[in-house]
Amino acid sequence: MKQEIHEKSIDTASQAMLWKAREEGMETVWDRYEKQLPQCGFGQLGVCCRNCNMGPCRIDPFGEGADKGVCGATADIIVARNLLRMIAAGAAAHSDHARDAVLTFKKMSEGKAGSYKIKDETKLLSIALEYGIPAEGKRCEEVAAELAHALLLEFGKQDGNLLCAKRAPGPRLKLWTELGIEPRGIDREIVECMHRTHMGVDNNATHILLQGLRTGLSDGWGGSMIATDVQDILFGTPQPRRSTVNLGVLSREKINVIVHGHEPILSEMIVEAAEDPELLKLAQEKGAIGINVAGICCTGNETLMRHGTPIVGTFLQQELAVITGAVEAMVVDVQCIMPSLGELTGCYHTKFISTSPKADFPNTLRMEFHEDRAYEIAKEIVRAAIENFPNRIPEKVNIPEEKRECMVGFSVEAILSALGGSPDPLIEAIKSGAVWGIGAVVGCNNIKVMHNYGHVTLVKELIKNNVLVVTTGCNAIACAEAGLLLPEAAELAGDGLKTVCKALGIPPVLHMGSCVDISRILLISSALANRLGVDISDLPAAAAAPEWMSEKAVSIGAYVVSSGVFTVLGTVPPVLGSQAVTALLTKDLNSVVGASFAVEPDPFKAADLMLEHIDEKRKALGLESRR
Amino acid sequence: MKDVMIRPERCLGCQSCEIACAVAHSKSKNLFSALEENPASKRRISVEYLPGPEISIPITCHHCEDAPCVSVCPTKALSQDSITSIITHNPERCVDCWTCSTVCSRFVSLYQLILVMGCWTSSMNHNRGVINRQAEAGIKCDLCEGRYLPACVEACPTHALIFTEVNDI
Repeated sequence: MKQEIHEKSIDTASQAMLWKAREEGMETVWDRYEKQLPQCGFGQLGVCCRNCNMGPCRIDPFGEGADKGVCGATADIIVARNLLRMIAAGAAAHSDHARDAVLTFKKMSEGKAGSYKIKDETKLLSIALEYGIPAEGKRCEEVAAELAHALLLEFGKQDGNLLCAKRAPGPRLKLWTELGIEPRGIDREIVECMHRTHMGVDNNATHILLQGLRTGLSDGWGGSMIATDVQDILFGTPQPRRSTVNLGVLSREKINVIVHGHEPILSEMIVEAAEDPELLKLAQEKGAIGINVAGICCTGNETLMRHGTPIVGTFLQQELAVITGAVEAMVVDVQCIMPSLGELTGCYHTKFISTSPKADFPNTLRMEFHEDRAYEIAKEIVRAAIENFPNRIPEKVNIPEEKRECMVGFSVEAILSALGGSPDPLIEAIKSGAVWGIGAVVGCNNIKVMHNYGHVTLVKELIKNNVLVVTTGCNAIACAEAGLLLPEAAELAGDGLKTVCKALGIPPVLHMGSCVDISRILLISSALANRLGVDISDLPAAAAAPEWMSEKAVSIGAYVVSSGVFTVLGTVPPVLGSQAVTALLTKDLNSVVGASFAVEPDPFKAADLMLEHIDEKRKALGLESRR
Repeated sequence: MKDVMIRPERCLGCQSCEIACAVAHSKSKNLFSALEENPASKRRISVEYLPGPEISIPITCHHCEDAPCVSVCPTKALSQDSITSIITHNPERCVDCWTCSTVCSRFVSLYQLILVMGCWTSSMNHNRGVINRQAEAGIKCDLCEGRYLPACVEACPTHALIFTEVNDI
């Protein structure tokens, strides 16, 4: 199966860089995918098990060969165990990110991380209040120290449940308690997944999956939510602002520093260092007119949301950015960073700088990041980029023209303020049918889907049908590249949504942040449900991850569905080898948590599924519905 | 004539060829949909463990018309149905002489491997009943008519199966 370049991405800037890659003989993720085809059937179905050394075992999905592993595990057990491990890995990634944010917060409160300070006091005080920390008569740093201590306890909590999860609407919380899936300590849930999937422990598919839901919840209402809260306190709660996206944001005349990965802790400092007069002067000495910090993936989203720093692209554009030949430094932290960047950056002048104590890659310049010297290290990194500018090879530079403007920064606080301080106007619009429902569209790029096609097509279908879309992660970047994050994009929306967007001056697609910021979507859903006096599962809302690929997305799926939101997946999860697990995820969960998954690779049909679901929920609430 | 050739030294026993074969012979030709078909799609290739040389190899029989293996078999352990051209193997008559393998494009490489390894404890019984199972089920390797490459060859991650001119060997 040989794909033509125009079949690989809907984005013309990306296509241009794929042509350049071909001319220069550069290998990209698309080439490596072709070499993997056809992919292993056992793996796609989730029926191989490597959990003990009596194996590896696999089940014959067509029923002729082995129907059990050596230990006697059936396809149901193997598929469920594998899925649980995916959830555990995803929850671990989000929650470990959160832990680092809290540790930075703690050091800041102790005066050991001088580069950081409290940017959002109001949020600090309101969260401290939630955690039962009295603020009267205390300095902000004292409150912060107590809050950091309380937050850290959430990770290693040995008894009781997560405090953050209490933010869920009453009926939802009650349901979790009844099902025994109210999340406990964040680390505990992840550890328990690994224990349960060890040889000879949990061997009941349903029982295993319930732990999957609980672990997901410990991510969404725990790790991810804590990450969002703490990052808002440290770096500011996002407010609407404008910026630009796509490969065209790279500059011909400036030093291009790309921040790629998932955490804002270092990138915040890099954004600051790029404005340092000393470094700006050095940049000029080296022949550049300035320093251009731009993002990829969620590190990019974090700085975009808070500073309007431009975004170079989505997950699948990370190699294409290097191929422009105009990147002085690709600075990475953790998650979704392709190890292939090592070899690729070696073919250009780009310095590949790895910074996380946890994550190194082939052929990197190692500049390990520590909070106590945050700003100094950020300056060293920017300096390395500046000093690399003269090495740029002019014949190899080709920056695509394409860049789009976008409006971002829709935190829950910003949305409520746009609505005049309460969710009521939105609820009224939903009741009147002007806004037919809410669609949460999130997730990665996946090489199995034409780049951004799933994202953009689905979102356009939703807004056309008056569904207000909230987005995070790579979906948000994809929408931005397609011009959907502009108030002008309201022209593409149905009449009802168009009127609402124009009245409020907002785009029909609201960028709510990075992938940990899906916690913001949970909170806005809770606010709507509470105001209506219903559960989240009663809302005319649906979610989708049209191009998901990472384990984090599996954890997100687990908590979004457990929170009561119907979710359509655009790529097939590795579970179809078990009919029982497939039925549980796509049907039976409905009677357990009031929501389930669907798998639909065609974005038009996926939109139909979401619209159908929204209609049913509208009908149940006694609102106007189409069918 | 092109045929599927087996390169046993490359086989890691992953059984990807089996799945690809079953999918290629299903109604829908799609992994995920094929699982729901009834009757289940039957594969024409089987990865079998050979205890003698301690290797796994994919075994598949094309049940050739005018099958050379049948004509060279000195003990008539191999026989062919004159109408369906389906071949059966009678292990009781088989004396492990490997003569058949020297004329079968699919088995010749295994034969050569066995020669190199000097593992004479194993034999044509190495088809592990695959040929007879296919005969009973009335199925045979059809080289995936209509496909550019047989599905098993396409699926093999280590190129233990190749599709090539037999005369080139």
